[in-house]
Amino acid sequence: MYFFDPHVHMISRVTDDYERMARMGCVGLSEPAFWAGFDRGSVDGFRDYFRQLTEFEPTRAGWSGIQHYTWLCINAKEAENVELSREVIAMIPEFLDRSGVLGIGEIGLNKNTPNECTIFREHVDLAMKTNEQILIHTPHLDDKYKGTRMIIDMLLEDDRVDPGRVLIDHVEEHTVGLAREEGFWCAMTLYPVTKCTPSRAADIIEMYGTDRIMVNSAGDWGPSNPTAVPDFIQELRRRGYPETRIKTIVYDNPLEFFSGSKNFQFTPPDTLLESRPVEVE
Amino acid sequence: MGSPQITPQTAPEVFDQTYLDIRAWVLQVAASLDRIDRSEEADSVNVDRRRELIQQGVEILGQPGRNRAEQVQMIFSDPYLPGWNQPESGA
Repeated sequence: MYFFDPHVHMISRVTDDYERMARMGCVGLSEPAFWAGFDRGSVDGFRDYFRQLTEFEPTRAGWSGIQHYTWLCINAKEAENVELSREVIAMIPEFLDRSGVLGIGEIGLNKNTPNECTIFREHVDLAMKTNEQILIHTPHLDDKYKGTRMIIDMLLEDDRVDPGRVLIDHVEEHTVGLAREEGFWCAMTLYPVTKCTPSRAADIIEMYGTDRIMVNSAGDWGPSNPTAVPDFIQELRRRGYPETRIKTIVYDNPLEFFSGSKNFQFTPPDTLLESRPVEVE
Repeated sequence: MGSPQITPQTAPEVFDQTYLDIRAWVLQVAASLDRIDRSEEADSVNVDRRRELIQQGVEILGQPGRNRAEQVQMIFSDPYLPGWNQPESGA
């Protein structure tokens, strides 16, 4: 089955991971900007990072036939440096017209601090002024419920925000309903220990249905699995779900949401095959 | 198509499929708590807030219901203060 991983940090993965993902059916992915494991020291550090996300990663993904897209921001972990965050937010528009840039993300909260809220609101303001879609990071563990509610509160404060153009990520049993009740898209992250397992994600699908929901690996530089989406597919197959219902979650829904981004130009794999020149003997 | 549905499997089928996993997870919790209790300074853990949260989570498992996972998540969640973003909240 073809699938789309809507959240995976491939800059932290080796080229072999692209190849393994492709062999398991991945035809496209989106890579949000995130924390590098250390706080970057200058706006030029981010400019180089955004160049890598928009120039080299699409090329590297293409070696395995995967179509690569990206989201730009300064991560909440670095938002305590408000001055640098504002410099990065001012620089982001340099990249917003580049091919494959889907919008602003993954913005959100980490420890639910006032500075994080300030920078979150300024990212949202940028997205509204530039008509970009938004990808939201929600905190992990004890901070998640409170942080998710605070994020939704801030989004609802701004009457320019269309919930249908916002994806709230890393939802779990206690936050998925919050996101969906307000009309937002949401995603479950299949990540060892600290987020959702394929089995629990399948349980959430059974309880909430397949509308406006997707799954991702959020593979990064930590312990993670960039082929977690196929694990989820296999879990649903094991439970007896029809292929069409699985495809809704892992392929149709990401494409529907990303189609709202002006730079989303996706070539379906069947079209790729049909467009190849046919050799006639 | 997008509406919630119950699992396509029957409850006995789900139980057969998950029994050994559940058994293993319960044993893992039991063994981990045993390991804490037989270690030095075990009493200090008994007053650790996180140990109380674990206890509350275990008790949820013994209750009937269809949203035990959500209840356990809420046990391990910081409280949310409605109105935190209103000017008079001082937040």
